[in-house]
Amino acid sequence: MPATQRRILFKHIDEAGYTNDLACYLKNGGYAELRRALTLEPQFIKDEVKQSQLRGRGGAGFSCGVKWGFIDAKKTARPIYLICNADESEPGTFKDRQIIHQDPHQLIEGMTIACFANSVHLAYIYIRGEFPEGARILERAISEAKAKNFLGKNILGAGYDLEIYVHRGAGAYICGEETGLIESIEGKRPYPRIKPPYFPAVLGLYQCPTIVNNVETLCNVKHIVSMGGEAYAKIGTPNNTGTRLIGVSGDVQRPGCYEFECGALTLGELIYEVCGGIRNGNKLKAVIPGGSSSKILRADARFKLRDKEIGISDIPLDFDSFAAIGTMSGSGGVIVMDDTRDMVDCLANLSEFYAHESCGQCTPCREGSQWMKKIIHRMSSGVVRQEDTALLKSVADNIAGRTICAFGEACAWPVQSFIAAFREEFEAKVR
Amino acid sequence: MNLTPEFEKKLDEAVTHYPVSKRSAALPLLHLWQEEYGFISDAAVELVAAKLDMQPVHILELVTFYPMFRRVPVGKHHIKVCRTLSCALGGSHETHACLKKLTAADGDPHGPCTSSDGKYTVEFVECLASCDKAPVVMGDDDLYENVNTEGKAQAILGKYS
Repeated sequence: MPATQRRILFKHIDEAGYTNDLACYLKNGGYAELRRALTLEPQFIKDEVKQSQLRGRGGAGFSCGVKWGFIDAKKTARPIYLICNADESEPGTFKDRQIIHQDPHQLIEGMTIACFANSVHLAYIYIRGEFPEGARILERAISEAKAKNFLGKNILGAGYDLEIYVHRGAGAYICGEETGLIESIEGKRPYPRIKPPYFPAVLGLYQCPTIVNNVETLCNVKHIVSMGGEAYAKIGTPNNTGTRLIGVSGDVQRPGCYEFECGALTLGELIYEVCGGIRNGNKLKAVIPGGSSSKILRADARFKLRDKEIGISDIPLDFDSFAAIGTMSGSGGVIVMDDTRDMVDCLANLSEFYAHESCGQCTPCREGSQWMKKIIHRMSSGVVRQEDTALLKSVADNIAGRTICAFGEACAWPVQSFIAAFREEFEAKVR
Repeated sequence: MNLTPEFEKKLDEAVTHYPVSKRSAALPLLHLWQEEYGFISDAAVELVAAKLDMQPVHILELVTFYPMFRRVPVGKHHIKVCRTLSCALGGSHETHACLKKLTAADGDPHGPCTSSDGKYTVEFVECLASCDKAPVVMGDDDLYENVNTEGKAQAILGKYS
């Protein structure tokens, strides 16, 4: 049976006649949850979100309730800030774009509820520079919401004030790393901060407690308030609750962005049923399951999932299964490659990306990402030395775990996993 | 350098979005400047710094870090082609080569390639986050999807003639 989508966040995405203005949003029941949320105790909303077991949708899958739990408005004299991470830059990821462009008020409503729950009065949406239209749409949506008092002073007479501003990035992938993002809003180079403190909840924007949540995560907050944390937790599977926006690109017949309950279908069902299989009559060769940083899966490999051994098609689409087989569901960006693809060329493409995007703060990453790119490009162009594969792996091994932020892993994992899965292709390049 | 009152007003308005720290307005001001003048000159660095009570070097270090800011002008229209994996699988290298050919833009394919009449700059950029509609191209601020034939590339250029 082909899995059917469960469209909660995407209810109105691609719907004929649905427009991204306030009038259309209100006609479809918009801002009713905000109105209701403002009558609730902030702590009650935080408890609902905790109970929902919502996990962050930006890539790390960290519990949203726990993240919010680090903040106690009653115990801090400093202002609390919230930042929506709309820097969507992970190659293969294009889910937040759909919401920003087609249903911006859903984000603003979710964000406003999240701000109310955490006693935030100033919030920013950090949107990547490559979304100029998205930034204009959000700015218009904010001014529409403000005009109707869904934002601004004394929102809907509830005595709560909130300002949201749109802040545009300028083409740097590293701004998706939350501490780099904060540095960027502070008007600096986006060098990720040294950890600890591990969470901006301790020291964030302007050295104040700060929450950074992804677009999809904040939209989920609206629906959690709507249905209650307990009901939300019943969607999906235990510890993998709610729906996920899964973007499929690459060599499939019907690429696109789909919304499913977590764990409701397998990778095979996604590729062969939802996306219509591999295009041009070719066969599946490999899948990058959660944005370009996640470790690649080889189509004919066997994976150990808990006590079972399964094939690529049987991997359930949820956070924990991908983690258990040694990769990650990350940002939900699935990139599919068919059997005509040269894995060295594919890796050369990704390594060029990471070499371009390393911020340059840590030596292993700054130098290593450049060397990996140089070596793989040389291999890709046909000039290959006997020691290249081992050398590449050694460079990657010496980056991962030796940098301030997770970019070290992000650039090393593709190299390590491509070589582990397709070593014979790399070695066959030696003539 | 004399700024028009309208432009000055835009800059001042952007600064109000950051009640805690003016320095935060650095990126917005640089964006506004580049939209108005096409690139960030030395004078721009000095002026933005002065407006935000900062040292010019703290503005310059942003301009040299963030890929979207330019120290030199580009062509009248900036055509960006997504280079990253999903678009590459969809044929973005062919699209890039085709756009270069059609505009007679010259240069290293890894950097901006500008046509001799200064009308177009064709440039490879990293992931534009529309991976299901690969290959994608941005013409100035507009996005074009599935640009996989010479006809489609030609049609985009036609809009910016």
